[in-house]
Amino acid sequence: MSEGYERGAFSRVKRSLLEHYRIIHSHPLGRIGFWVVTVFVIVAVFAPWLAPHDPWVMQYDSEGNFASLRTPSWAYPVGTTHLGYDLFSQLILATRTTLLIGAVSGFISILIGANVGLVAGYYGGKIDEVLMRLTDILYGMPFLPFIIILIALFGRKLEFVILAIILIIWRTSARVIRAQTIAIKQRQFITAAKARGCSNLRIIYRHILPNVLPLLLLYAAFNIAWSIITEASASFLGFGDGNTISWGGMLYELWLSGKTRVAWWWFAAPSLCIVTLVTSLVFVSRAYEEVANPRLRKR
Amino acid sequence: MALLDLIDVSRHFELHPGVVERIARGGKTRVIKAVEAMNLSLTKDEILGIAGESGCGKSTTCSMIAGLLSPSSGEVLYQGRNVGEMTNLELKDHRRQVQMIFQDPYESLNPRFRVSDIVSEGPRALRLWGEKEIEERVAAMLDSVGLVPGKYWERYPHELSGGERQRVGIASALVMEPELVVADEPLSMLDVSIRAGILDLLRELSRQRNFACVYVSHDLSILGNIADRLLIMYLGQAVEVGPVHEVINNPKHPYTRALISAVPVPDPRIKRSPPNIVGDISRPVDPPPGCRFASRCPHVDQSCSELFIKLDTSSPSAHQAACHRLDQISNEVT
Amino acid sequence: MTENVLLSVLNLSVGYSTQQGVVNAVSDVSFDVQKNEVFGIAGESGCGKSTLIRALLRLLSNNGASTAAAITYEGQDIQNLSDNAFRDTILWKRISLVPQSAMNSLNPVYRVGDQVIEAIRAHSRASRSEARERVEFLFDIVGLQPELMKNYPHEFSGGMRQRAMIAMSLALDPGLIIMDEPTTGLDVLVQERILRRVREIRAEISSSIILITHDIAVIAEMSDRIAVMYGGKIMESAAAIDLFESPYHPYTLGLKNAFPSIKAVNNELISIPGSPPALLGDEPGCLFQPRCPFSDSACVQVVPDRHYVSELHQVSCHRHADVLELRERAAQKSTWHY
Repeated sequence: MSEGYERGAFSRVKRSLLEHYRIIHSHPLGRIGFWVVTVFVIVAVFAPWLAPHDPWVMQYDSEGNFASLRTPSWAYPVGTTHLGYDLFSQLILATRTTLLIGAVSGFISILIGANVGLVAGYYGGKIDEVLMRLTDILYGMPFLPFIIILIALFGRKLEFVILAIILIIWRTSARVIRAQTIAIKQRQFITAAKARGCSNLRIIYRHILPNVLPLLLLYAAFNIAWSIITEASASFLGFGDGNTISWGGMLYELWLSGKTRVAWWWFAAPSLCIVTLVTSLVFVSRAYEEVANPRLRKR
Repeated sequence: MALLDLIDVSRHFELHPGVVERIARGGKTRVIKAVEAMNLSLTKDEILGIAGESGCGKSTTCSMIAGLLSPSSGEVLYQGRNVGEMTNLELKDHRRQVQMIFQDPYESLNPRFRVSDIVSEGPRALRLWGEKEIEERVAAMLDSVGLVPGKYWERYPHELSGGERQRVGIASALVMEPELVVADEPLSMLDVSIRAGILDLLRELSRQRNFACVYVSHDLSILGNIADRLLIMYLGQAVEVGPVHEVINNPKHPYTRALISAVPVPDPRIKRSPPNIVGDISRPVDPPPGCRFASRCPHVDQSCSELFIKLDTSSPSAHQAACHRLDQISNEVT
Repeated sequence: MTENVLLSVLNLSVGYSTQQGVVNAVSDVSFDVQKNEVFGIAGESGCGKSTLIRALLRLLSNNGASTAAAITYEGQDIQNLSDNAFRDTILWKRISLVPQSAMNSLNPVYRVGDQVIEAIRAHSRASRSEARERVEFLFDIVGLQPELMKNYPHEFSGGMRQRAMIAMSLALDPGLIIMDEPTTGLDVLVQERILRRVREIRAEISSSIILITHDIAVIAEMSDRIAVMYGGKIMESAAAIDLFESPYHPYTLGLKNAFPSIKAVNNELISIPGSPPALLGDEPGCLFQPRCPFSDSACVQVVPDRHYVSELHQVSCHRHADVLELRERAAQKSTWHY
């Protein structure tokens, strides 16, 4: 037995985390994406301490004037709203909401999508039919009317926004993972696993899952990105969570104020954040795409 | 008692016509009769070679013996018990007793598993032993197949050569301590100079560990080297069986004669006579009744398409061929 | 003697640039192919036999580069021809190729006959009807009924597709046909028929053939002369019978031991321990040395020169003088596995 090789679940997890770190960092875009996302995560975690002002308090400048619709300056790096609220603080706190919704929706949707895809792809037959019909039905469901109904029935609560996003987003990853599962289950090492006595469940989760993992992670990054965009869209249209602010919500407030043409800083900041974060996630996913599709790797 | 019995085992696959075919040609469902009424008796400790060309049904037979496919009709008896009627508990034990070695060393190992995990997978899945004991046995097994555990424990398949991968495959089958090992062309994708080593390994391990082996291959030269008995198949039917040197040096069935005379000899000084056979091989789709070799046989007569002779394979030393014209054939030839 | 030489290759080397460095797939290979002979090149995977052919026919991939002292065909230099001139005058017309897995080279959406017709018309000035006539003739030669011309590839069996590829290679009456693993993957009876047909064709059409395969039995039956390749070099070459009756190189001895024969049932097979070399960088000494049970200090340090045992029999081994002793020792398993 070789010496430096620890066994056990903990060291396994440690090893695979290192492996992922290595994958992301070996790719130039992946590296950029990773650090940008990390910055956003840090901001989100430490938001209350980082925000210089309370975002819902009217600001007065040093001369005691009502600081309304100020352009970006040292005191107010992103400017202020028409009501004198500091946009920088709003931005920072909104980061937390957006990331939370994005992460939760993204992870849960990939969890559902992956399991549906694996089970449908592996078992085939009736199970596959039922699951795929379900996915098809949901494909047909339009997002906006759906979320409108949910909100109308249950109010503008965070949980329902997340629920609505999840229900729409999981579909694509399910289809893709199902396709790859079908391809993998034909391979000889799966037959070998059956010959060694593995149960179906063991084959799905122990043998097939590690092989769809790169694809899964790719779609996890996508799902998070899509969740963020979906949330921003919903909030912009006024269907976001009523109690917290998100980047999309900031755009909604801008719209409501009627100052869209005037306050470019109010528009630019949240939009830039959305674009930057989503692009960074896509960069990270690019690193996984090379792992998932070895033909893309450099010779 | 025989270790394994196939009693009148057949395996059919149905080809359903697509919509277009149904409209265009009034398509009916066609049947691939991959294996037809096979009778096979395997004794403990013997190495049985099954040979034939593509479409002969040897891989299907192989899968049925290994329990990966169930017969369409007939029975598979393992130590007298009908596999099709086994309880879940018995099946678990049966799964351990019958193991398989696969053909493609590049495809039969999970690319995400390390060598140690690959070999440990069977015992873990069937919960044969505790983790510590599994570890010890896996290390010992790797050693017996010529892979030093210290060097190979953490390696991934893509870091290994074809020969090394095949050894891992052998180790993962044998670590379960099976009584019957089914090998499906394990050498065909390996380089010539290392085939002999793997063959030797199989032979030695089979003697050391007392397991019977069914070795399926299209390569008669290799079978001549490793098998005790040889079974020849053609389009799903068993046509000849007997001790290996007898079947190869003294083939009785017209197909076997043609097959043996077609095998190239690695010696330019030896001249080979051309095989006595006509036509091309067909697929076992909706085959005619009777002997399936009839359409290509140089000795065919009218009763060939009505008669189908089933071989009795119970005696390891008997040499038989499924042909009712054997006497006339040997007279014609001599 | 030299008027009989069809193809002459002198000091051909091929290197592939990869991430790990330059892989010397072929090193310093020299050989001749006579008129009207079957020249077999035997070797296992990675020995460079396919690369050699691709270099000859200028079919190397982008990261491959070849150099040679001379390559001549019928006495004329073909190495210094431009790529276009080579494609116009040599490829398909003088030297044709039946590539590996040829049966998968047919385009599934066109009829087989049409594909051969197009190949002919692409390389010659034949009219469509002239090409069609030629294809009928070719199909007949390879043993395919002319009516099969209008079938699609999927309607052909593997053996039939291979025959179609051989027909294509004969289309423009080349003097030299290169067959790369022509029967690998085919059933024994089909292989036998095809090889027999190739022998018959050869008698009719007096072309030479370079036959590349890892199947020692096929090479033994088909070839007049055989070259054994290992690690990108020719280790030994001789007339077929001579090679089998008096092998010199330890690798040849090892291959003989390792290859089963249907005429020698239950014979003990001896494998060659170790694995093929990585071919990166300039390694001193003989490439077979790590696996050779007869190596001495010279083998580790100096690349062996070509030694001529007789006019047609050459071997690259330092210990060729001790060959009688080597043959005896090679027959014992303990020599190779200790």
